[in-house]
Amino acid sequence: MLTLAIFVPLLVAAITLAIPKKYEHYARPLAIGTSFVPLAIVIAAWAQFDIGTAGFQLVETTAWIPSLGVSYTVGVDGLSLALVALTALLFTVSIIFPIDDHGKPRAYFATFLFLEAISLGVFLSLDLILFFVFWDLSLVGMYFLIGIWGHGDAQRSALKFFLYTLLGSLALLLGILGIYLYTDPRTFNMIDIIANLPVPAGGLGPVLIFFGLGLGFAVKTPLVPFHTWLPPAHVDAPAPASTILAGVLLKMGTYGFIRISLQMMPETFQRFALPLGILAVISILYGALVAMAQTNLKRLIAYTSVNHMGYVILGIAAAGALGVGSEASRSLAMTGAVVEMVAHGLITGALFLVSGSILARGETYELDQYGGLAGRAPRLAGITMLAAFASLGLPGLAGFVAEFQIFAGTLGVFPWLAGIGLLGIVITAALFLRMIQQVFLGDLPVRWDGWRDLSRAELYALVPLAALVVIIGVAPAWLIRVVDSLSQVVTAGIVP
Amino acid sequence: MTSEMGQAAIDVLPVLIFAGGAILLIFYVMFAPQRLQVWSAMGAIVVLGFAGLATGWYLGDAPGMTFFGTFAADRTWLWGTLIIVVVTVLTVALSVEWFRTDARQGEYYVLLLLSALGAVLLAGAVDLMEFIVAMLLSSVTGFTLAAFHRKSRAATEAGIKYYLLGALANGAMAYGVALLFGLSGGTSFGDLRTGLVGADPMAVVVAFGLVTIGIAFKLGAVPAHQWMPDVAQGSPAPAAAFLLVAGKVGALIVLMRLAMVLPETVVGWRPLVAVIAAVTMTLGNLAALWQDDVRRMLGWSSVSQTGYGLLAVVAVGRSDLAVPSMLFFLAAYALGNMAAFAVVVSLRGLTARESFRGLGSAHPWLMGALVVSFLSFVGIPPLGGFTAKLLLMGAVIESGYAWLAILTVINSAISLFYYARIMGPAYFDPAGEPRPNMGRLAFWTVGVATVAVIAIGVVAQPLMDAWQALVLLAG
Repeated sequence: MLTLAIFVPLLVAAITLAIPKKYEHYARPLAIGTSFVPLAIVIAAWAQFDIGTAGFQLVETTAWIPSLGVSYTVGVDGLSLALVALTALLFTVSIIFPIDDHGKPRAYFATFLFLEAISLGVFLSLDLILFFVFWDLSLVGMYFLIGIWGHGDAQRSALKFFLYTLLGSLALLLGILGIYLYTDPRTFNMIDIIANLPVPAGGLGPVLIFFGLGLGFAVKTPLVPFHTWLPPAHVDAPAPASTILAGVLLKMGTYGFIRISLQMMPETFQRFALPLGILAVISILYGALVAMAQTNLKRLIAYTSVNHMGYVILGIAAAGALGVGSEASRSLAMTGAVVEMVAHGLITGALFLVSGSILARGETYELDQYGGLAGRAPRLAGITMLAAFASLGLPGLAGFVAEFQIFAGTLGVFPWLAGIGLLGIVITAALFLRMIQQVFLGDLPVRWDGWRDLSRAELYALVPLAALVVIIGVAPAWLIRVVDSLSQVVTAGIVP
Repeated sequence: MTSEMGQAAIDVLPVLIFAGGAILLIFYVMFAPQRLQVWSAMGAIVVLGFAGLATGWYLGDAPGMTFFGTFAADRTWLWGTLIIVVVTVLTVALSVEWFRTDARQGEYYVLLLLSALGAVLLAGAVDLMEFIVAMLLSSVTGFTLAAFHRKSRAATEAGIKYYLLGALANGAMAYGVALLFGLSGGTSFGDLRTGLVGADPMAVVVAFGLVTIGIAFKLGAVPAHQWMPDVAQGSPAPAAAFLLVAGKVGALIVLMRLAMVLPETVVGWRPLVAVIAAVTMTLGNLAALWQDDVRRMLGWSSVSQTGYGLLAVVAVGRSDLAVPSMLFFLAAYALGNMAAFAVVVSLRGLTARESFRGLGSAHPWLMGALVVSFLSFVGIPPLGGFTAKLLLMGAVIESGYAWLAILTVINSAISLFYYARIMGPAYFDPAGEPRPNMGRLAFWTVGVATVAVIAIGVVAQPLMDAWQALVLLAG
């Protein structure tokens, strides 16, 4: 069943390319329809998922290159289920969101479906080589998406994105090879590796492996100082691609930190949990401060992504830290980190789509060109404000649930890091309030008299995101229970 | 004696088919009228077909060491021969339309067969004399192929540079062989294994270094790499595609055999090969960075690929992955290179980077194939180049040369830059005018090579099954 979620979009992507030019306007409805298939499968998987069982469920496996211990294995646990659901949802809304496809609808929607299959594959894979195949292909898909349908200096941004993340992913490959060479019998199977923990705790080898993996994930997340590819990529990407980049691709980095660094090398992770936490706090503060200084709407959101991914990493670092007796705190931090991934995907996804709507109407991201739009476009203003408030951590919305758990959990492990990190929330509050004030309040410039509010298609994309932000904020139990099933396993050291 | 000779001849049947076929083809070319010369390509295909069949037939039960201990007809050789046969068939397919109006086209196919034969012999050589014959056959035919368009300045320049460097490298090699013979008292690799123990280490190092220069020339490795960009740019495109690949197959296998017999206590060849690999991949990549000529860039990238391939030699004797990784690398690189050059041939030798602008929508299939071959060179999964790099890096990490794997990673990331300088404008710039196409055969060759690049990555298991337990005989 999970396999279908990967291969149906892949197949339809190929079909989309083969549509004759005469019928190319069918590419969009076909893509929208197809994107509901993974969504339906995820909902079914969520219904079947048993939170009482530790370890991976709904596993499907078949041999691929048995001589090398490579298999095609997919399955879910609490972590991947949440992220797969997020991925399926974000792809559906991004495909629905109206966009200028530069007269190449077939190529655009085929690339999108391809990227959807690949992204789902990253989170579903339970074999390191399969994981890496999807991981690397996600770079190729995003490269073309930014390069062909981006604006501004898209070619340069696309290349910078590809080069940086490829270097990171190759470092990751070395780390994967390192783990593989410790396994006996040789295998890339993630279930086996997590169960047997073949990599020893001490020595130079494990440290090098940890750094290789860490570099790969840190570039993708991105953690300061490996974030420099992110702002240009976001600014020049088309809005739905930004949504996918922030909502899905960045999560691959944090997912890797949990699934591979933490779950496969827990003892080595403990040794480096504190430095990782410090990097996370630097990301939190740096991202927030630089976002504060931006005059470009999309750059601002991009830097708040750096800031938010910092929260996620802080939670993961706390969860993986050494500490007998602090299991409850660490478990809380882990749950917070995963919920933050979901929340950030929904919130920032919405913000990037909104920025696309603003660009389509105003043709610039410069904040000082706007003002007073709240009166002209109440629906646009409403959704943006909701997302912004959620992003700054207003109670009752999704961001608060996540950040509260992260900080509450971290407090029990690294109290002073949690204290410094909290400053980030204050700064983001300030910058979002200023952004709202600049764009939506004050006097409406005369030239925006004809400003159109959100269209129906835009609302179809944005309302589900906004609704989930509220639902998770008010009644998060359904999500937290699923995620908790993972956190218990990771932090208590229970072998699934 | 006669029966032993007969047995030896049967053991190397693929070699005999190549040689006999080439001779028959010479006669055809000499006597056939001009309008029938086109059929010489068909003749070459028939010869290659029989050679391929014979090789495939022997795979079930490899003859092993034969010809009085001078030739290793082992499975690794058979697989190397198969790769060379496939490359040559693809080259012929690319050449038919390219040389259609050339009055001397018949000779070209004869030379092509003989050059392939040189590479095949090289892959099986386990005797210094055999080795020299193979090197020279492969080189001499190569020079002629490189300069086959004798009225083209670029081709003759490439040919003469190739020849001068080759003469120097082959001279060094002959001197090194003489030294090895003097030091060990024998010419077979087996004699080297025993004879070199106790010899003057300095002299052995010098001898091995000189032989390595000859092999490096065939491989396109530092310090004898300079001909690759020239040939890639100036020679007839199908011949260039062949020359970049065929020599590599033979030379890499023979280098591995030679490395296996050299006593490590006498010569520290492993660090030496590691340094050559490191310098070759890095230099090739840095030189490719700012090339504005696509074929020249492919030539430099071929140099860097040689550097990756040498990792397999570094790992020989220390990792079980050494031989499979070498064959995987050779297959993946050969197919990728053929695909990339097939695209160039299909576009009638189009080579200026500027002229690839916007071709993504004008030639979707050809550009798609070019992207696949480039991404395979970079090592993006699930393409053949990825599996090759995975195995190569695994092999060197296991052999205690993790720094080479790290360098490979850095170089792979750098290489993306120069491939993207072609891919980016092809897709991201406004649509360009369609370019004249070569013909159907070249176009289908692109398709076959590209599908093969993808297939050996995705369906790697049969190849791994065949290669993982391969033994390399070295006498």
